[in-house]
Amino acid sequence: MNSTNWRLISTHAILIVGVIFMSLPVWVAFATSTHAPETILRDGLKFWPGGHFFETYSEVLFVEGGVMKSVLGTTMLKNSMILGIGFAVGKVIISMLAAYAIVYFRFRLALPLFWVIFMTLLLPLEVRIIPSYEVVSQLGLLDTHTGLIVPLIASATGTFFFRQFFKSVPEELLEAARLDGATPWRFFIDILVPLSKTMIAAILIIMFVVGWNQYLWPLIMTTKEENYTLVIGIKQIYQILSEGGELPQYQKAFALTILATLPPVLVVLVFQNWFVKGLVESEK
Amino acid sequence: MKRVQFEHSSIPYLFIAPQIIIIAVFFLWPAAQAMYQSFLLEDAFGLSSQFVWFKNYSDTILSGSWLQAAWFTMIFSVLVTFLSLAIALLLAVKANEVLRGARTYKTTLMWAYAIAPPVAGLMGNLMFHPIIGDLYKFFNAIGWDFDHKLDAFDASFVVILISVWKQVSVNFIFFLSGLQGIPTSVMEAATMDCRSPTRRFWTITFPLLAPTTFFLMVINITYAFFETFGIIDTTTQGAPGGATNTLVFKVFQDGFRGADLGGSSAQSVVLMIIVLALTVIQFRFIERKVHY
Amino acid sequence: MAGVELSGVKKVYPNGAEAVRGVDMKIDDGEFIVFVGPSGCGKSTLLRMVAGLESITGGDINIDDRVINDVSPSERDVAMVFQNYALYPHMTVRGNMSYGLKNRGLPKEEINKKVTETATMLRIVDFLDRQPNQLSGGQRQRVAMGRAIVREPKVFLFDEPLSNLDAKLRVQMRIEIKRLQRRMGVTSIYVTHDQTEAMTLADRLAVINDGRIEQMGAPIELYNNPATLFVASFIGSPQINLIPARFEGGKLVSGSIQLDGFENLPENKDLVLGVRPDALSQNSDSRFEMRVDLVEQHGADNLIYGVLKGAAATEGDETEICLKVDQQILPDIDSNLGLSFDTSRTMVFEKDTGARIV
Repeated sequence: MNSTNWRLISTHAILIVGVIFMSLPVWVAFATSTHAPETILRDGLKFWPGGHFFETYSEVLFVEGGVMKSVLGTTMLKNSMILGIGFAVGKVIISMLAAYAIVYFRFRLALPLFWVIFMTLLLPLEVRIIPSYEVVSQLGLLDTHTGLIVPLIASATGTFFFRQFFKSVPEELLEAARLDGATPWRFFIDILVPLSKTMIAAILIIMFVVGWNQYLWPLIMTTKEENYTLVIGIKQIYQILSEGGELPQYQKAFALTILATLPPVLVVLVFQNWFVKGLVESEK
Repeated sequence: MKRVQFEHSSIPYLFIAPQIIIIAVFFLWPAAQAMYQSFLLEDAFGLSSQFVWFKNYSDTILSGSWLQAAWFTMIFSVLVTFLSLAIALLLAVKANEVLRGARTYKTTLMWAYAIAPPVAGLMGNLMFHPIIGDLYKFFNAIGWDFDHKLDAFDASFVVILISVWKQVSVNFIFFLSGLQGIPTSVMEAATMDCRSPTRRFWTITFPLLAPTTFFLMVINITYAFFETFGIIDTTTQGAPGGATNTLVFKVFQDGFRGADLGGSSAQSVVLMIIVLALTVIQFRFIERKVHY
Repeated sequence: MAGVELSGVKKVYPNGAEAVRGVDMKIDDGEFIVFVGPSGCGKSTLLRMVAGLESITGGDINIDDRVINDVSPSERDVAMVFQNYALYPHMTVRGNMSYGLKNRGLPKEEINKKVTETATMLRIVDFLDRQPNQLSGGQRQRVAMGRAIVREPKVFLFDEPLSNLDAKLRVQMRIEIKRLQRRMGVTSIYVTHDQTEAMTLADRLAVINDGRIEQMGAPIELYNNPATLFVASFIGSPQINLIPARFEGGKLVSGSIQLDGFENLPENKDLVLGVRPDALSQNSDSRFEMRVDLVEQHGADNLIYGVLKGAAATEGDETEICLKVDQQILPDIDSNLGLSFDTSRTMVFEKDTGARIV
């Protein structure tokens, strides 16, 4: 065995340890969720699936849970979907329009407005969470989808991404379009949007994951259980499941973490190439 | 900005309006309110308030619990950033070396990106559960008197471990793409100039990754400051005795659970200043990035 | 300084693709060898195998009578100039040039001395403390050369080093490379797809096609005496004229054209008559005529393009022909021009195998 082979073996060994480190917790969560609560209480975590898959998951999805016993797993799933998709779509539309104005137009307030948008990048929602809550409650938007989604769109990450992309579009294109008599609106719809297709897809994927995974804002925004998203719902329910009652329902807590994980993970895996491209491009 | 642009008086305002309106209502207004409130002292029932200048600030910053949280945030950010970058870099370098199974490794190492921090926190919580958690049992079995509910060090360990775990994927994706961006011929030239792969890594590969590393440092510090809120809230909640309070978690604790709006707003403003300072540092690094 | 010997060298990729199918070659000490061929012919692969950047699947490579198949690239005592220069972007010019020496543990003063000497020779002393992105294309090219020269290798390897330069600079650098190589007398292998570069630089030229050496020899030898149709058409600019023909009744026949002066050619076989544009001349008495459709004036010479009248068609198109004449000869477009040639300067190839018959 020569040194090249040893090097190859150690490379694979390191990677396999890495894969185990990254994947084992999720696997264990899944495996344990398919066991009966008594088994888990007696034996601890499980590394291999058991026979209670349908039982656990149908109960988690279709039987009301929560402190008030008023929220279904499917309802939380639906709320998370609305947040993820609403956030992604809203962000893409609004930031594309703004980036278009900034890159392609000469207008008097361009620079000050650019700086206003830029400022939002510096201060994430977390540092202004309390006044934001007050504003939303004054507007009567607590426990509404609008109140949940729109304030999250205020940060301008998407705008900067599209601005960067538009700047890389060859200038000749606008010149050619103008010679062909295109209005600003036509140029946007007929040329810029089709050109940005892959970028739009990439941002949609990233923003769906970001939206789905929101925690702090939904946590303070939603007061009614039927408005819980999975990510915030599981924590509330986790406490009841594992601390209250005679027999802690750990399998349900695990099942909920798997449910909250599955959709964004699937999106990332299925659209892996777009997602990676979009993420890495945002660096520039 | 483009050399060629449309010249219209009103259309650009229409395009930019939605973004600006949202920012005005949900960003500028709350930020201004935070400023204003940070100078007010409300009575216990929230019925009246009084302008107190910098009292909230001095009360906040000089309080032991804020300093404790600031100190923890610093240690925590440095450790999370360093560890998650180091692990991700090692994995990315190795994943870039292999031919067989490269795609499988890549996929299985990056997918944890999609897991929300609080979900990661809950999973971790169950792994460290005193009754069913194997990690809890394991640490106690090897003679570490492990109890993250009572011991500050153990609690910090849990929070840092989960935060690092959650962040490795993002760093991995960026490092791998950075490595793939290094021209093959440059690496080949290095092979002809230098025999030792380790030396090659530190003299060629690592310096060429510097722009990516700086960028990721900023991303990771931001992550450690803000996004780990979900992990702390689902695991230690600052316990024991505020030992794992980050600054953001404390803003939330004092403002929502403690209903101290003035103090919490003052903390927010201080936090904004810290973030702005960090951003200035970031810009200095970006300037370096232009170099190659 | 050293000779290089390749014996039965093969490269098969894991997916089964054969890039190099058995190459034998002996390169003498101090010789300048050029590998030339179309893209994908395996010339770069062969060079990279000498460099150690590609593993050797079969056969042996010797440098200075030492088999170097399993020697690491940094210890083969070769230096390479890459197509895109492959300079280390984070190091200064000085850093780039001294990196290899530093890794070999040379003392600092010696490194500095060598770097300064080499930089002086290449006229890049003024740029020593700049970074590669502050240099022009031509300057980067010099730095890449300097990085190779400063190591004083036994063999220089060049992988299309001039292809990223503009036309004027390319000619300048070509001359400079040749002078430097003469002066230093280091064995060199140079890969290019540009046949002018190949002709002008090489002591000996290896024409590579589909992983094999078609022919190897002095450039003028390959020009005058190509062994195959491939070599004949690859070497020479403008390209050789190729006229489809058959040998019937003691004459070479192409369509309605009948040519005397050929003997002992195989009958009933598709042949190709090759005539270089400079072997053709104008002759108003000849019945061997072309219809002119384009004249390019290059200064000293004119190139006249057109269609050979009466010749058999090549794959459905009329047979095109080109001749090189003095600047005074300037025929009208669409006029007919009589041509003649010296039979001793023509070549006849077998169409199917590409083998040279005469």
